[in-house]
Amino acid sequence: MAAALIEVVGLTKQYENEGVVTPVLHGLSFSILSGEFVSLMGPSGSGKSTLMHILGFLDHLTSGTYRFEGRDVSQLQDDELAAMRSRKVGFVFQQFNLLPKTTVLANVTLPLLYMPMSEAERIANAQRAIEAVGLSHRAQYLSSQLSGGEKQRVAIARALVNDPAVVFADEPTGNLDSKSGAQIMNILDQLNQQGRTVILVTHETTTAAYARRIIRMKDGLLVGDERVDEERRRAALGGELK
Amino acid sequence: MEVRSILALSVRNLRSNPLRSFLTMLGLIIGIGSVVLIVSLGAGAQALIISQIKGLGSNLVGVLPGASDENGPPASVFGIQVKTLTNDDVRALLNDSRTRHLVEASGYAQGRAKMVSGNQELEGGTFMGVQASYPRVENVTVSMGRFFTAEEDSGLARVAVVGSQMRNELWGGDDPVGKTFKIKRESFRVIGELKPRGSVGFSNQDKVVIVPLLTAQKILLGQRHLSLVRGRADDTSNIPDTIAGMREVLRDQHNLSGLDEDDFSVRNAATAIALLSTITNAVRFFLAAIAAISLLVGGIGIMNIMLVAVNERYREIGLRKAVGATQANIQSQFLLETIVITITGSIIGIAGGAIVSGLIALAARALGYDWAFVVSISSIVLAVAVGLAIGLAFGYYPARRAAKLDPIVALRYE
Repeated sequence: MAAALIEVVGLTKQYENEGVVTPVLHGLSFSILSGEFVSLMGPSGSGKSTLMHILGFLDHLTSGTYRFEGRDVSQLQDDELAAMRSRKVGFVFQQFNLLPKTTVLANVTLPLLYMPMSEAERIANAQRAIEAVGLSHRAQYLSSQLSGGEKQRVAIARALVNDPAVVFADEPTGNLDSKSGAQIMNILDQLNQQGRTVILVTHETTTAAYARRIIRMKDGLLVGDERVDEERRRAALGGELK
Repeated sequence: MEVRSILALSVRNLRSNPLRSFLTMLGLIIGIGSVVLIVSLGAGAQALIISQIKGLGSNLVGVLPGASDENGPPASVFGIQVKTLTNDDVRALLNDSRTRHLVEASGYAQGRAKMVSGNQELEGGTFMGVQASYPRVENVTVSMGRFFTAEEDSGLARVAVVGSQMRNELWGGDDPVGKTFKIKRESFRVIGELKPRGSVGFSNQDKVVIVPLLTAQKILLGQRHLSLVRGRADDTSNIPDTIAGMREVLRDQHNLSGLDEDDFSVRNAATAIALLSTITNAVRFFLAAIAAISLLVGGIGIMNIMLVAVNERYREIGLRKAVGATQANIQSQFLLETIVITITGSIIGIAGGAIVSGLIALAARALGYDWAFVVSISSIVLAVAVGLAIGLAFGYYPARRAAKLDPIVALRYE
């Protein structure tokens, strides 16, 4: 059995705003193994994005423990969180979040600017990541010259460029037509088949269906955790899966 | 993240919006430019004034008729005619043992009159009566012909030595030596022409006719007094002694007793230079200080634009943080962007100020002034240092704000 990559026990999160405490996550416990493809599913307000932010080192948890690769990361400071984001995770956002007026290559190089390596290494790594999403011919294009699907592929290349342990994808198909969406999900599926851990946050059943495990959330609680066997997965996706 | 990458990033960000970058810098460009320009023009003007005074010779001692404060202007400046200074005074100064270091001296009497040569006329031409010692007192030489002698002076000879520009006024550019012309209907023969000397203050020394002192006093002016006495001391170190001696001799000459005030003023070029330097320095720094206020305004403009830039780039900041940028990375990026703006602005300002100053120097030279184009290294160093300080001071707050953004909030920002 593979080692637990992510392990949370009794994780809670509450926001405090002008003295009003709003609890968002109520004592979640689960683990995710290295190499899994997990969907965090739930309606809006269920706390799935907040959970992703905590798992992705963008936010602090309020109580409970969070172990990443066996190390307790519950109490990391801002700069330590930044270091974890830099080395361990990659993000794909619904809004793509590419830098405008900037080439594909420069966009993909961005995460490497915050890692100690030579410029030549940065460019080589970025070119490899761009190739992995099939956009080598677009490397010198400006991000604004790309279609929505291409933009999201650039975003995936950017998420991969630092060779992260996990790729977090937050509603990656939310701004795309169904064809481009399917293309993106297939890329994520291929990444997973190559051994990359992928954690998908979505409220769409069709998108969630690509994952091999679906964790369902509602009102800050886990309400379901099911593994999908390959046969069912293919049946559900039909012709969508390549 | 090393400085080189941040620097490349800042330059790219600035170049992606050139008009805004330029407008951001404009206040600073004007501020730095004016400081450099004012300091440079001040230095040029100061050098000009001092070189003109030095050109007369720092061994020169002058006596002006009429009393004055130690450093204030003499009465003649206000148009008051004082008749107390005479040819006897010059003679006494040259012969008294108390002024033994005064080796040369000449009395001066000047006026303006209509000058005529053939069919060419000059209304209000300047003539100056001096003694034969004049070339040795003022360090001037003739380029053609000769200067007049002491005998010609005492004999009321009607001879003239003309400044180098007079030939254009009266002889159509021809060689004037040997020709005759008229001053106030009196006929004079030109016996020499002086080498070009340039302007001192507002008077053009090349556009003057020089005649023997007695001729000027008796024939042209009808006066016995002098408008000025100039003498040369044998050495600069003897000037204080000479000035003191001259005062004593002149007080005796004018029969002034213990409590009477001097009715003349003794001046020396060295004291004038020192005084002028003090005044012009004060004016320069005062003007530069005023220009520096525009630097402050420029700095506030930069902070304003950088705050706008931080707001505009919320998502970018959020993204950078999401992919691993620390607070320090973001802060140094924005701070460095501000510094790149201010340093670029400073360089443009320095270049602009120097160019304008250079053009003014060219124009001044074209007008005949010996104007030096001076851009001091210290003013450049100061301008860049001030630019850098403004970048740090006014860039810090926007950079800090950017660094403290919560990446989640920043990423969701619309």
